[in-house]
Amino acid sequence: MLEQLSTRFKKIVKFIRGEGKITEENISDALRQIKIALLEADVNYKIVKDFIEKIKQKALDQKVIESITPGQQVIKIVKDELTELLGSKSHSLNFSNQRPSIYLLVGLQGSGKTTTCGKLAKWFSKRNKKPLLTSLDLKRPAAQEQLKKIANLIGINFYPVDRNKNLKTVIENLINHAKSNYFDSIIIDTAGRLHVDEELMEELFLIKELLKPVETIYVGDALTGQDAVRSAQLFDKKVGIDSIILTKLDGDARGGAALSIVSVTGKPIKFIGVGEKFDELEVFHPERLASRILGFGDVVTLVEKAMEKIETEKAEELAKKIKKQEFTLEDFRRQLAQLRKLGSLSSLIKFFPSIGPFKSLEKINIDDKKIIHYEAIINSMTLKERENPKIINGRRRLRIAKGSGRSVQEVNQLLKQYFQMKKMLNRKDFKKILNSISKM
Amino acid sequence: MDLILKNKISKTREKFKNTIENILLKNKKKEELIEEIEESLILADVGWNSTQKIINSIREKIRVQFSPEEVKRIIENEIVSILTKSPINLNFGKSKTVIMLVGVNGSGKTTCTAKLANYLKKRKMKVIMVAADTFRPAAIEQLLVWGEKIGVPVFKNYTAKDPASVVFDALKIKDVDVFLIDTGGRLHTKINLMQEVEKIARICARQVKGAPHDVLLVLDAGIGQNAIQQAREFLKFTGLTGIFVSKLDGTAKGGCVIGISDELGLPVKFIGVGEGEDDIMEFSPEEYARALLR
Repeated sequence: MLEQLSTRFKKIVKFIRGEGKITEENISDALRQIKIALLEADVNYKIVKDFIEKIKQKALDQKVIESITPGQQVIKIVKDELTELLGSKSHSLNFSNQRPSIYLLVGLQGSGKTTTCGKLAKWFSKRNKKPLLTSLDLKRPAAQEQLKKIANLIGINFYPVDRNKNLKTVIENLINHAKSNYFDSIIIDTAGRLHVDEELMEELFLIKELLKPVETIYVGDALTGQDAVRSAQLFDKKVGIDSIILTKLDGDARGGAALSIVSVTGKPIKFIGVGEKFDELEVFHPERLASRILGFGDVVTLVEKAMEKIETEKAEELAKKIKKQEFTLEDFRRQLAQLRKLGSLSSLIKFFPSIGPFKSLEKINIDDKKIIHYEAIINSMTLKERENPKIINGRRRLRIAKGSGRSVQEVNQLLKQYFQMKKMLNRKDFKKILNSISKM
Repeated sequence: MDLILKNKISKTREKFKNTIENILLKNKKKEELIEEIEESLILADVGWNSTQKIINSIREKIRVQFSPEEVKRIIENEIVSILTKSPINLNFGKSKTVIMLVGVNGSGKTTCTAKLANYLKKRKMKVIMVAADTFRPAAIEQLLVWGEKIGVPVFKNYTAKDPASVVFDALKIKDVDVFLIDTGGRLHTKINLMQEVEKIARICARQVKGAPHDVLLVLDAGIGQNAIQQAREFLKFTGLTGIFVSKLDGTAKGGCVIGISDELGLPVKFIGVGEGEDDIMEFSPEEYARALLR
């Protein structure tokens, strides 16, 4: 594992340093890699094709070829172009001049409209606004109940719709209710529908005409593939959308659908959904998503961060100890503490690119709590135990477990991992790597 | 003599030139054709790797003089051969059968559970739906509405927090042929939620011999390349046995199932094609392959 990592890291450093000049011939290979990265990220085929053509023109510009680090230049062009396509800056919501501001959420089934309604309402209430939630979804079983429960959960007012009245009356009553109760915004959930369902799309258009919302928001699923283009386009054409919220970005999907949606509609993404809790709604940052879509992590930032936080002296001391086979539990603890200074491990993983040499990193499951637990366990040991872990017998294990609030099994697990690590550190091939790293 | 030779040579040269041009032209045509195939496969979400694999395996079989129909048939055959690697019928237990439906949020698990219940009920089986989504607001109510509509009982517990405990209690019910377990939506990256669904599967195995007989991953037809990662993770935690593709009545083709079938050997068992309880179909690889390239 470590061995693989170190050689792979070198590869990427070489790539970023941009050894070798860029010519028309060897750029086609680089562009092919970018094309694959974009397609794997689910950006629409046609958009990728246009994009690659554009990049090619720019990259072949004299300045790039003559620059000292052409590789880096090309990556920069790609990232800048992507960021620009995605909207280049963050947008906030629009408000209408007259209260209430009405927000209509539309989209396909299962894109996350109802949850997003709750999140938006919470976002408003956090900013001292008084939103009203309501659902015009009379189709999906229990859709009304779902939004009502959400409203209760987050302490927002919910307006129940009378199923027996016609749409026009329902909407008039709703707006009157909001006005007379001084709500400053209404967030409206609608039934999910397929963009090819003419009847339902017309119904949605009618709803929009009656409501005159300040924003019709298209809720798009970050997991969507190539079809994202078609659905977003039809929603925009048949109903007309003003902005986009992208959901389910807390998974590991690269979210290329965002690029497709923005490209075909020309509308800005305003928020992204990053979790199941109702405060997990974030303002959209184009440059971050650009990196994610490309699968290029921000390695530079990571290296800077590591330089800042890890004290070189201690690192050197550790390297010496490892060479002398004196790696104790105390060293292990310090190492864990250093790691923690960098932030959570799962957040660190995001810095690495998810294609090429670091692809396998994506699959590693990292439990940040475990590190905290391990530290607690070591902290519950005496200095003697830390220096010479072999003396830790059953009774000591029990005491350590009690002291740290963890189970004996976990203590055993930690000791096992420590011994394994020590064994690995003593291997010849590892020492070779260690030497090569220190030379780097 | 010289003249004759020259003539001959020039003729040969001419002929040679023609052949080369012809080959080049044909190659160009072939490359264009292959690029068209690549485009249509990628647009159907088959993904880069699987698309290249399919193209490489058919490249030799394709001749330029083939009609578009013939080319299509070759690709269709290739896709069918990938999709028929594993049997596509449901597995039934000796007495009780347990089927779990799992997937990410919004993929359509609850609707698919109801459709499958209706499908089994029509085949004269005694079915019960188990509401094992204790997290999403009104998930139980949604299943109850379905239960009433199709006349299938729903096992629920409003106060339970642990879905595994609901399943544990449900499986005690006697005189039932098939238990359909509707689990909560979860992204495959959330370890705690994956452990929760793993626990449900474990409880099934402990309570009923050979259970869960089927664990179906519900995939939205519109999903992109993340689907394969989802399948890998759910396979690891729950031992998936197949795929249920939902929402195939739109314009999305769900081509990711080709890669999943190829890499993980997971067959597609059912497809959902509408919002009604009867909008469920047994999967047909031939029809699917035909629709994919349309």
